Amino acid sequence: MQTPAPCEYSRATSVDDAIAQLQALGGNARILAGGYSLIPMMKLRLANPGHVIDINPIEPELNYIRQEGNEIRIGALTRHVNMLESDLLDRTFPHIFRDAEAVLADPVVRNRGTMGGSLCQSDPAEDLSGVVVALKGRAVLRGPGGAERVVEMDEFHIGPYMTAVGPTEMLIEVRFDVHPGFGGAHEKVERRAGDFAIVAASAGLSIQGGVIREAGVACSAVGPTTMHIKRAEQALVGKAPSEQLFQQAGQIASADCSPNSDGRGPADYKRAVAGVLTQRALSRAAATALRS
Amino acid sequence: MATTETTPGRHPNWYGHATGDKFGKVADAPVGFGHMKRKEDARFIRGLGDYMDDVRLPGMLHSAIVRSPYAHARINSIDTSAALAHPKVAAVIIAKDLETLGLAWMPTISYDTQAVLAGDKARFHLQEVAFVIATDAYAAQDALQLVDVDYEVLPAIVNCRKTLDPDAPLIRDDKVGQTDNLASPLWEAGDKANCDRVFAEADVVAKRTILDPRCHPCPMETCGMVADMNPATGQLNIYNGNQAPHAHRTVYAQVAGLPEQNIRILCNDIGGGFGNKVPVYPGYVCAIAGSIVAGAPVKWIEDRSENLASTGFARDYLMYSEMCSKNGRITGLRVDAIADHGAFDSTAQATKFPAGFFHIVTGSYDLDGAHCQVKAVYTNKAPGGVAYRCSFRITEAVYLVERMVDALAMEMNVDPIELRMRSFIRADQFPYETATGWVYDSGDYHKAMKLAMEIADYEGLRREQQEKLAKGEMMGIGVSFFTEGVGAGPRRHMDILGLAMNDGAELRVHPSGKAVVSLSAQTQGQGHETTFAQIVAEELGISPNEIMVRHGDTDKTPYGLGTYGSRSTPVSGGAVAVVSRKVRDKARQFAALMLETRAEDLAWEKGRWFVKGDPERGATIESIAEYAYSTSNLPEGLEGGLDANAVYDPPNLTYPFGAYISVVDVDPGTGKVHMRRFIAVDDCGVRINPMIVEGQIHGGLVEGIGQALMEIISFDEQGNCMNASFMDYLLPTALECPTEGFELGETVTPCPHHPIGAKGVGESPCVGSPPCIANAVIDALYQAKGIRHMDIPCFPARVWAAMNGNEQPPQ
Ligand SMILES: Cc1cc2nc3c(=O)[nH]c(=O)nc-3n(C[C@H](O)[C@H](O)[C@H](O)COP(=O)(O)OP(=O)(O)OC[C@H]3O[C@@H](n4cnc5c(N)ncnc54)[C@H](O)[C@@H]3O)c2cc1C
Repeated sequence: MQTPAPCEYSRATSVDDAIAQLQALGGNARILAGGYSLIPMMKLRLANPGHVIDINPIEPELNYIRQEGNEIRIGALTRHVNMLESDLLDRTFPHIFRDAEAVLADPVVRNRGTMGGSLCQSDPAEDLSGVVVALKGRAVLRGPGGAERVVEMDEFHIGPYMTAVGPTEMLIEVRFDVHPGFGGAHEKVERRAGDFAIVAASAGLSIQGGVIREAGVACSAVGPTTMHIKRAEQALVGKAPSEQLFQQAGQIASADCSPNSDGRGPADYKRAVAGVLTQRALSRAAATALRS
Repeated sequence: MATTETTPGRHPNWYGHATGDKFGKVADAPVGFGHMKRKEDARFIRGLGDYMDDVRLPGMLHSAIVRSPYAHARINSIDTSAALAHPKVAAVIIAKDLETLGLAWMPTISYDTQAVLAGDKARFHLQEVAFVIATDAYAAQDALQLVDVDYEVLPAIVNCRKTLDPDAPLIRDDKVGQTDNLASPLWEAGDKANCDRVFAEADVVAKRTILDPRCHPCPMETCGMVADMNPATGQLNIYNGNQAPHAHRTVYAQVAGLPEQNIRILCNDIGGGFGNKVPVYPGYVCAIAGSIVAGAPVKWIEDRSENLASTGFARDYLMYSEMCSKNGRITGLRVDAIADHGAFDSTAQATKFPAGFFHIVTGSYDLDGAHCQVKAVYTNKAPGGVAYRCSFRITEAVYLVERMVDALAMEMNVDPIELRMRSFIRADQFPYETATGWVYDSGDYHKAMKLAMEIADYEGLRREQQEKLAKGEMMGIGVSFFTEGVGAGPRRHMDILGLAMNDGAELRVHPSGKAVVSLSAQTQGQGHETTFAQIVAEELGISPNEIMVRHGDTDKTPYGLGTYGSRSTPVSGGAVAVVSRKVRDKARQFAALMLETRAEDLAWEKGRWFVKGDPERGATIESIAEYAYSTSNLPEGLEGGLDANAVYDPPNLTYPFGAYISVVDVDPGTGKVHMRRFIAVDDCGVRINPMIVEGQIHGGLVEGIGQALMEIISFDEQGNCMNASFMDYLLPTALECPTEGFELGETVTPCPHHPIGAKGVGESPCVGSPPCIANAVIDALYQAKGIRHMDIPCFPARVWAAMNGNEQPPQ
């Protein structure tokens, strides 16, 4: 039987209480959200926190998807299933969230796993992180005394399982700018349904007047963190969408990612597939954008 | 006696998705054979099953195992003092302690020895080194890191191709006289000279190196035991979900020298076995030793990683093979195989042949010559070699022959089904003796193949494939035709440590006419509580709902060797039919008394004896039962009561077969294989409960999909097991099943030597499907890119490599 090492458990009564507890425990504590990444690591004794602070009691404060002005805001404890089912998200960012959430893990994991947990786990194979990077989301971190700072995704994931979130900070919200003429897609190849990606590509395009105004491209599982393929975005913006253009963007993704060989496949395979999936995601994104 | 009576309530012979209609009809239990919901499912689907981990005894201790982090390492010392100082630790057992009980090494049923705990050396990654017993499961885990083992790392070898090289490290230095890593002498079957002649005369020869990679049966419930030695009485109660409780009891008596009459094995519900729960594992021996040492019940339950990494792997056969044809027909096969046993040959197989049934490798074909030889080797990998949902090594044999037929068809440039049709054993040739010495009982292979082609619309599929190809899409059509040999088995070929493979049955019909039938077979989810009740029902005319099937307690059931190799229906089913007929015969005596006539003047119809020529005058089984227990009017030689015992000694194996066709689409950009269709025509003789048969087929096909597309236990250069969790060892889900559902068909060729004409079926789909799917993937690659071979598992990266002409064997 797998059992975690001895550890203390407490429940947070508010975001500020959770942060106060983090502060009091001095680096030895971990936030427990959906628990689908943290608990397995604890049972395998890969993670041995002395203390876990359960933030599920403050779900009412942190589970939301709402529009404020030109921004969509998603609370850190919003479950995968909420993002999968949200019409607001799918209307605003067709169909990138729904695409990704439909292939992320399985219904059991989606019922509990959260936005915050996905980003803070900083697993380079996370599907949702790819979407957030492609949409250029911004993470809102709160620290002691209610101090908040907003961190761009490029600064958020600093390495595998490492983020910009400080030891006494918590991620509370992710914000996205809304763009007109948006279309997005998430493409994933996996060994089996519910498995982490061998490679995944997320793409978002905003097309107006037949020209790509905004582009976001990210690839999962092909580098130390979710890979933001900026050169592909540069190649896309200002051009008219075409299959040839997307193929070129795919080639850039292949070139700019840095996969490792592992049980899911050798690096040359992942590199090639990053290109294929990027191209496919972009062409679906464009088709959606042109319809919206 | 073979029976050809038709099964009541049989549905039309094929369908796609299960429909409401089909399942709507099964509410009432047939009195005998036919569709019927499984009696046991009511408790399973409500979460009321009673599994290993549910066993909680007063004062029970828990355990965990310290495992070697190295694949090959000398153990200089083991210091347990820190662990023993842990306040909740009751005992720590290491090899030295087992030595005093004579249990440091145990014999395997393949006539090798296996370390229970590593004492001198660790020989595979995650091998058992120390057994920690504590008052709770958490503490046992906590104490693992307090056991200090001083290892001296040795070079490890995990590649079976290189393990016989002169510079390979010697793994089994414990064996006197062992100088290399050969596990057993070269073994062969078939007439080599004749086979060579057949090859010399052939027009076309196909040659392939085929790997059936190491995989794992992976039952949902892992292995475990609660051992409870009562120091006061010397009674040892063993709670352990295993597939052969009586055989295990005998093994414990022989190995541990415990008095057999004092050992009681209790199997509760078992969450899947698939061969993984046939062997006796080090954890079991340690739990028993632990209970003796601690004087309290000891529970050992392995976790998923331990299950995948240490108990009961399957396959791991590397096969250099050639198949030839003459005048358009397959004529010969030769195979040179390496069996990789890991560090100990604990292959769980009950035959007198070192490679089990592997020489059934000639498959369903009427060959002029065949020869196979098998070399068994040691490597620094976990031992096991269990028959994962198959008779011993039949999956490997079927995988080989069905891949080779396709390879030969490719070289001959003929359609793979056409080549099979030309080369099958014909219906009029049964009983048929194969070139390697098996005697197949019955079959009509052409009929089954034709039915599969019809269901599939095979010609239409080939047309569609060409159309797709023109558009740059990759579609593959795979075929396999398997013959299995199941129901081990006849004494001349099979035993377990000298025990004949018979199974007993005991039937008691109570005064009310309700019955209890006790079996030695051990269900792990196969539906025994229903199927065996239906056999009694068919023979005696008592409703299956009024028949209790008892199994899983060695104190309450007759002796027999258990459930694996699809042997329950062929062997225990035979016993149950025979015992039912004995009871029926006894009932006839009572009926004669009741009806005041002679027994010879009575005739039987289901549920009643009646006077020949006067059918109105009769006695039902219910009234006979009451009479049997209440009459005071017993003639000489007839005892009261209505019960009987039987032991069934199978005269031959039964040989189920089937024709499978699958359709896949391969993504040219990513190598991802999508299962679109799977057509399975199975012939398992008479079907007792067609719904259970179909369930078995569905499950086995899914496991075949897993093996063909994703499952493998592989090792890195240092010998570390790379697939010791469900993150790395993938099991198929509903989403990997064919999008068009399983399309099943059936033909019925009764077994001529089985009392009810039934053959085994539990394993057929898992045996027949892996080559079918591999053939489909390779067909897609061949049609589009001219690729002639790849090994399984066909997961995306490997298919993509194959597509680009550089696939490497996965191990
Ligand atoms: C079987 C299985 C399959 C999966 N498959 C996929 C897949 O296909 N694709 C995919 O993308 N993911 C997959 N996942 C991961 C899944 O998405 C997880 O649920 C998710 O990564 C973590 O979310 P959680 O809320 O469960 O996080 P937790 O496990 O609760 O936390 C994860 C980490 O984040 C930290 N954390 C959580 N919330 C916060 C916060 N608000 N502020 C600061 N730190 C925080 C925790 O301390 C912990 O270190 C899979 C998981 C499982 C178990």
